[in-house]
Amino acid sequence: MTRSGRFLVIGGLLLAVWGMTYGLYYAVFVEHQTLDSIGGSLTNAFVHAAEQAPQASQAAMQAYASANYNYVRQVDAHGHWIGIGLLLIVLGIAFSRVGFSEAMRMRLAAALLAGAILFPLGVLLETVNAGSIPKGVAILGSALVIAALGGISLGFSKNQPST
Amino acid sequence: MSSHSEALNAAPAREIAASFPALSARRLLVIGGVALILIGMLWGDIFAVFVLHQNASRINADLLAATNAVAIHDPASVPPHFMAIGGFLENRGTKVDAHVHMIDFGYLALLLALVQPFVAFSESAKRKLAALLLLGAALLPVGVFLIHYVGLIYSPLESIGWASIFADLGGFFVLLVAAIELFGLWKYWQRPADAKSSDALLADRSWASRMLLTWGTLLVLVGFFHGSYYAGTQLFANEASDVALLTQMTSGSRDVGPRAVQDYALLQGQKAVNVAAHSHIIEFGMLAILMAFFQPYVFLSERWKKIWVATLLAGSVILPVFVLLELRFGLFAGGIADIGGLLVIIALTGMLAGVVRYTGTLDAPAGGAPMGAER
Repeated sequence: MTRSGRFLVIGGLLLAVWGMTYGLYYAVFVEHQTLDSIGGSLTNAFVHAAEQAPQASQAAMQAYASANYNYVRQVDAHGHWIGIGLLLIVLGIAFSRVGFSEAMRMRLAAALLAGAILFPLGVLLETVNAGSIPKGVAILGSALVIAALGGISLGFSKNQPST
Repeated sequence: MSSHSEALNAAPAREIAASFPALSARRLLVIGGVALILIGMLWGDIFAVFVLHQNASRINADLLAATNAVAIHDPASVPPHFMAIGGFLENRGTKVDAHVHMIDFGYLALLLALVQPFVAFSESAKRKLAALLLLGAALLPVGVFLIHYVGLIYSPLESIGWASIFADLGGFFVLLVAAIELFGLWKYWQRPADAKSSDALLADRSWASRMLLTWGTLLVLVGFFHGSYYAGTQLFANEASDVALLTQMTSGSRDVGPRAVQDYALLQGQKAVNVAAHSHIIEFGMLAILMAFFQPYVFLSERWKKIWVATLLAGSVILPVFVLLELRFGLFAGGIADIGGLLVIIALTGMLAGVVRYTGTLDAPAGGAPMGAER
């Protein structure tokens, strides 16, 4: 296996293990409470509205919106870390077939791994900061992943790798 | 000697054949992995056609009933409707989970098949691990599917039923095998360089393999681009609309409430098709990349290999594109999307048939059966 391929396999393994660990922590300590909060707040919003208590209904709806916003991003970050981690492992095994020089392959692997870390991190940071920095981190991460995948698919389309 | 046996005895083919012996862990994982993916996909198609839309209609009906309860100031009848919605969501969630887990465990089996030569255990131990993985990979989705139907019947626990217990046991088996295989890989990496073997399977540069790798990576790229575009341009707006429409349902107006329920259903549909298109195109890309590695085991003529590769890639594009078009063209586009899924299933079945033929061809000389030429 080439150095760049090994870099991707190890990076992918670490990312997948990190994603799973984060998911396990979230499932055990946060998810059930969040799901209860989503379902409970929405029901309360309707019940209070039927009781003609608009302020209580509005507050419950806000609680629903906030819990749902956080839940979607937490699950997205967890799922994308694991998913992209597995993609990195599979691509790493085949990386010798990318028909570029090893230096170029290393650049592609580094860009892909950086993007794979940054994109879900940016999504997760959106739950603690609603500003533009987390969005910028997520956009930078996804741009790196897209650019690296474009380069890798071009490399795969070449028949013989130039090592 | 037939042209086929000459081809099998050629040096690279002999090395590839040696990496796929009878009853080996790799053979179990390749055939078991593809079978899991096929069953998971078939299940997904059945679920999409017979359950998904009907379930969504029931959820909307209960949401409308809860909205009407607000309009007539009847708070007591609101919670039962949300309980019913919870039940429908559980029904939908367990079926999606069974579909997704079966396919993803299939991918895991193929990934483990790929790294088998680099796992430093005896063949017998690797075979037992492969069997345990396949058992867990079947147990979890079947258990998850049954959760909605079995409930807490005869359960020794207060809130967890037998179906959940068996599903968790399946998950534990998979997790255990993955951890042990990782340890085996670590042991292999500790070996001195001259004690490490190479894998002839990874040296394949055939057209089929190259196309699957290239297009598989492109499919993942397109899926990733679509997901980023959706997140950047629509996700926040959709979340705001979600809350705005739910707030309108609680307004108590007999005109605004029901219209908001209709708009909410459309919004959920819009979100669902975007998520489905994004996830399916990436999953199909991963499938194409994984199947690229195993093309030397697909014992078919180059023509048939090319046909199955083209069919797999065509289905992988048709399904997500027409899922997205469902918003504009409705069930017509949905039907074409299902055909796309069917194309992937047919192509994968064709490749699996090629792998099974390869195993028969490898094993036949030992049993004395005549070797047929590949068609």
